[in-house]
Amino acid sequence: MTDTHDGGVARPSLIQPDTRTRRRNAAEARFRACGLAAVVIGLICLAGLLGAIVMNGAGAFQQTFIHLSVHLDPAKLDKKGNRDIEDIKKVSTFGYAPLVQAALLQAVQEHGIDTPLTRAKDLKHLISASAPAQVRDYVVANPDQIGTTVTFRVLASSRVDGYIKGRVTREDVARDKNISVEQLDLADALVDAGVIAKTFNTGFILGADASESRPEQAGIGVAMLGSFFMMLVVLGLSLPISVAASIYLEEFAPRNRLTDLIEVNISNLAAVPSIVYGILGLAVFIQFAHLPQSAPLVGGLVLTLMTLPTIIIATRASLKSVPPSIRDAALGVGASRMQSVLHHVLPLAMPGILTGTIIGLAQALGETAPLLLIGMMGYVATNYPGGLASGFLDPNSAMPAQIYEWAKRADPAYYERAWGGIIILMVFLLAMNIIAIILRRRFEQRW
Amino acid sequence: MQETHIASAFDRDLEMIQAQIMKMGGLVEEAIIDAATSLETRDADLAETVRRRDKVIDNLELQINEEAARVIALRAPTARDLRLILSVIKISANLERIGDYAKNMAKRTGVLAGLAPVDESTSALRRMAREVERMLKDALDSYIQHDVDLAAEIILRDRDVDQMYNALFRELLTFMLEDPRSITSCMHLHFIAKNTERMGDHVTSIAEQVIYLVTGEMPDEARPKGDRTSTDAGLIP
Amino acid sequence: MYDAQIPQSAVDQTDIKFSARGVQVHYGDTHAIKNVDVDIADKTVTAFIGPSGCGKSTFLRCLNRMNDTIDVCRVAGDIRLDGVDIYDKRIDPVQLRARVGMVFQKPNPFPKSIYDNVAYGPRIHGLARNKAELDEIVENALRRGAIWNEVKDRLNAPGTGLSGGQQQRLCIARAVATEPEVLLMDEPCSALDPIATAQIEELIDELRRSYSLVIVTHSMQQAARVSQKTAFFHLGHLVEFGETGQIFTNPVDERTESYITGRIG
Repeated sequence: MTDTHDGGVARPSLIQPDTRTRRRNAAEARFRACGLAAVVIGLICLAGLLGAIVMNGAGAFQQTFIHLSVHLDPAKLDKKGNRDIEDIKKVSTFGYAPLVQAALLQAVQEHGIDTPLTRAKDLKHLISASAPAQVRDYVVANPDQIGTTVTFRVLASSRVDGYIKGRVTREDVARDKNISVEQLDLADALVDAGVIAKTFNTGFILGADASESRPEQAGIGVAMLGSFFMMLVVLGLSLPISVAASIYLEEFAPRNRLTDLIEVNISNLAAVPSIVYGILGLAVFIQFAHLPQSAPLVGGLVLTLMTLPTIIIATRASLKSVPPSIRDAALGVGASRMQSVLHHVLPLAMPGILTGTIIGLAQALGETAPLLLIGMMGYVATNYPGGLASGFLDPNSAMPAQIYEWAKRADPAYYERAWGGIIILMVFLLAMNIIAIILRRRFEQRW
Repeated sequence: MQETHIASAFDRDLEMIQAQIMKMGGLVEEAIIDAATSLETRDADLAETVRRRDKVIDNLELQINEEAARVIALRAPTARDLRLILSVIKISANLERIGDYAKNMAKRTGVLAGLAPVDESTSALRRMAREVERMLKDALDSYIQHDVDLAAEIILRDRDVDQMYNALFRELLTFMLEDPRSITSCMHLHFIAKNTERMGDHVTSIAEQVIYLVTGEMPDEARPKGDRTSTDAGLIP
Repeated sequence: MYDAQIPQSAVDQTDIKFSARGVQVHYGDTHAIKNVDVDIADKTVTAFIGPSGCGKSTFLRCLNRMNDTIDVCRVAGDIRLDGVDIYDKRIDPVQLRARVGMVFQKPNPFPKSIYDNVAYGPRIHGLARNKAELDEIVENALRRGAIWNEVKDRLNAPGTGLSGGQQQRLCIARAVATEPEVLLMDEPCSALDPIATAQIEELIDELRRSYSLVIVTHSMQQAARVSQKTAFFHLGHLVEFGETGQIFTNPVDERTESYITGRIG
């Protein structure tokens, strides 16, 4: 046995790190620092993005309202005095506008506000153009109230709203035809008097879109319904088709070149630009099948085509992840391949399938390019759908389309609303992700 | 320690071997008694029966060995189980030798029946055979009950057997010196006595196996060797 | 040195459950099983032993046509269960597998409750007309699997929550629930600790009173303990087939002796 003490290179001590170890430790520390830096940068960007969104969009959720007591003058509204609904309907909003203006004038005088504006007509620009319509709707619904004085909460005009929110300044007003400085002063005074107040605007969330000149009235509600119906179509079609296709490809398809070809193509389809699906939808659904343009059904069909590859890929991955011992066990007990897949493999693959579905749906929710070509982009969504069928077939818009619309419009009030729409869209996505997490947890516990 | 194995078939195999050992032991005990009786009563027929039945004893030993080999091959016994099987093999060998000695005794009885009797010695022989048979019975009991103390006692009792042999040796020598015509008978009787003493040694060996089985060690105290005939020249009067 | 071939006259007196003659199996280009003849008797445990890759698991999986699930596997030859060729075109492998049950190497209970694990087979084969009958079938199966006492209070607990040995006994109970005639076991104890292994072996000893069992094991000591008949496979050939005690004390073929004494592996 050779003597191991002397006659060779001295073994380094474990306590003193040698050069290699030090260099390696330094490299590892640098790598970790890079990773940490990447995460921090990502978080900062995310914080910046969220901050910008919230700051810009929070204003859309508040709107300026005017509290008015309108005297429903029977002389103007029901000239014949019969309370005949047809006669009452004949009075258009033009007839109601003076009443509303008179009510505001009265409020001004009651509070003793000092202002050069003395006529009711001068106050026109303070009130939203939707106010007379609101009063008229009420009267048509409750004709017996004619002759009484009813309190209404009407929208202030967009300029007043902008002024109260700080968006409109006195310098801007100098060139503005829609409002004057005196009116702004009056608005200030009315705010102090409590007649005008800024409150939470449910109309933004639930209401319909409005014309270019009335940003105060615009809401995203109808577009939300459009998106909702589209998502129903996507969910209802893409989930069953994807799951069935995946099961077939994974379990039953013979391993030949045709199957390989199909699989390769599915993976490629996931990367196709979404506008291509739009053109496809235009050609197939609108021109060939003559489905109604701008309908959520068509939008849903196009988005289904786009979502199918995503869900198929996710489903196949989760089917593959089910251990083959489960399939063997089922076959060993005498189950057919179909039974073994349906009773055992599919339930175990559920978490993955659900996650893929939610991801696909979330992507579809935010897609705008395909909708461009089937007509949902330019559409102004002002009417609620009447029922289930009309919800699918009547022309409508979708949330991303609506946001884009608003961002395009000239009025800066719409710009604010576009940001608000983005907030709502993100709330939707957050909700869908939370549902996905809850469903995953629930299915995974069953293991 | 739990007495039964998880695999009940193992227990069954071991029980079967134990049963075979006990059966063999019973046959050997019977052979000793019958051989001694036939010697005393000069019954040639009984002697013949003993000689025939020795075949059964030999077959049992073969069977037990085969079974033990099978258990070792199939069960791979360890610890106490292993010592059990090893002691079974050795005990069956001891029993077979004892049976052979009994058969030998019976064979010589056949010859002695035709010669003149030498009275006192046959009864002494009978006593010796009786003692050996009792020792064998106790040894088998100690095996079944795993009784170490009983086994140790048996080892000590062999000393008595050895002393009986010493006495018989002197007695037979005296006879032979007195009456040369009795030399043939006395030689046969001497061989019988020696065989009986050897039987006692084999029983002692069985008792030692029992101690090995229970404690895992062979008894280290020297086996009492009371037989002084091979060393002591002063026995001859 | 010949491989064991069975002449007609040498067939044993006990009822034969499976009889295989001239079985060949190919995995793609590999010739995995070469001309195997063997008889599996009823109410007996037959063990297949041999070094890794010798084909014993492959042959086992031929007996319940599990090799059908592998595309590249081709089986030739005659395998008969109670006289009926199981590779006949008219036979439905799904039904065959209800009569020939299988227990796998790694315990693989379904991720369902213990009750549902055992009840699944009877349910899909329609063995029970109502819930009471199904309950009875489940209880009997769990008793035969020697696990009833441990789980009778928690039949709704998940099957995957049991220990390894208990899971394997649950899998055995699941396999016997469909009233099979033959139980195939592919290295059932290789994933278990020695005590669980001993319990399973004791269970196998009890089961052989009612079923014919075929067990593949890479532990020849296990084959020695548990089986009455042993078949030694080597490189796809069946080298020797005989009574277990004889194989382990005095085998006929040199190759068998080399394997058993640890000279080849």
